[in-house]
Amino acid sequence: MAGQGHDHGDGHDHGHGHDHTEPPSDEALRVKALESLLVDKGLLDPAAVDAVIDQYETKIGPRNGARVVARAWADPDFKRRLLENASEAMKEVGVSGLQGEDMVVLENTARVHNLVVCTLCSCYPWPVLGLPPNWYKSAPYRSRVVRDPRGVLDEFGTKLGDGVEVRVWDSNAEIRYLVLPERPAGTEDMDEAALAELVTRDSMIGVAMALSPE
Amino acid sequence: MNGIHDLGGMEGFGPIVREENEPVFHAEWEGRIMGMTLATLAQGFYNIDEIRQETERMDPVEYLTSDYYTHWLHTAEELMIQKGIITRAELEAKRAELAQAEASQS
Repeated sequence: MAGQGHDHGDGHDHGHGHDHTEPPSDEALRVKALESLLVDKGLLDPAAVDAVIDQYETKIGPRNGARVVARAWADPDFKRRLLENASEAMKEVGVSGLQGEDMVVLENTARVHNLVVCTLCSCYPWPVLGLPPNWYKSAPYRSRVVRDPRGVLDEFGTKLGDGVEVRVWDSNAEIRYLVLPERPAGTEDMDEAALAELVTRDSMIGVAMALSPE
Repeated sequence: MNGIHDLGGMEGFGPIVREENEPVFHAEWEGRIMGMTLATLAQGFYNIDEIRQETERMDPVEYLTSDYYTHWLHTAEELMIQKGIITRAELEAKRAELAQAEASQS
């Protein structure tokens, strides 16, 4: 069941131990009040909330994007369709949905490295990557990646050659970007399922490369 | 509109903090407000542009010192009040009721 753990790792230091008599955080109480009020008024079915949580905790995540990338690596015709009209092509792999209606796929090559941010909020391609990690939503990443992308890449341990052009894509209200990382060397004999294992979330944001086969 | 949300190019926010094996939600309430917002969005309580605009109108200090899902909570509360779906008094009464129930349990 989604979100039922008694985990208070909510980023706040309450300054005391985690026993079961701990009062709820201010946010927890506010959320509970809002939900309870809407349920009282007959305006919200808690099961609908449960269903959304379950979707994003168990079904929608970076494995979806990895399948898209692996298909593009394995099938040049699919890759061409993906780069031309990503939202349509992704449906061939069974990936579509909220916050992915207008997708653009950016191909990384030996000469061009793309990476993605949303400086204004935290726009992110949910159908392929799920919900964004905290660092993607944080002020340090959003502010700095457009000014010093190589410095940010360095923080992620990603080194690019001097001759590689870096392109930073700032998501807007409608468009969501997905990076198609370079296919690693030594993967010629791998099938799509094996290739997908090399595709990480960070490689599809553009802050890292795809993994090398071991 | 411009405002504190327009962070691109600003300096001084320090290093990027990453978390290994980060969970989708860090606390139960994060999932509840996310799910509640999407469920009410689907019911037509508001649209995505209204949500974005309301978040951008947050107090700048509150915006920078609160977490992502606190922004969602702020926005859902304020939009539902603005649209007359709930009132601030009802919300505050419900909070007080729940806080009292929690206190009497412990």
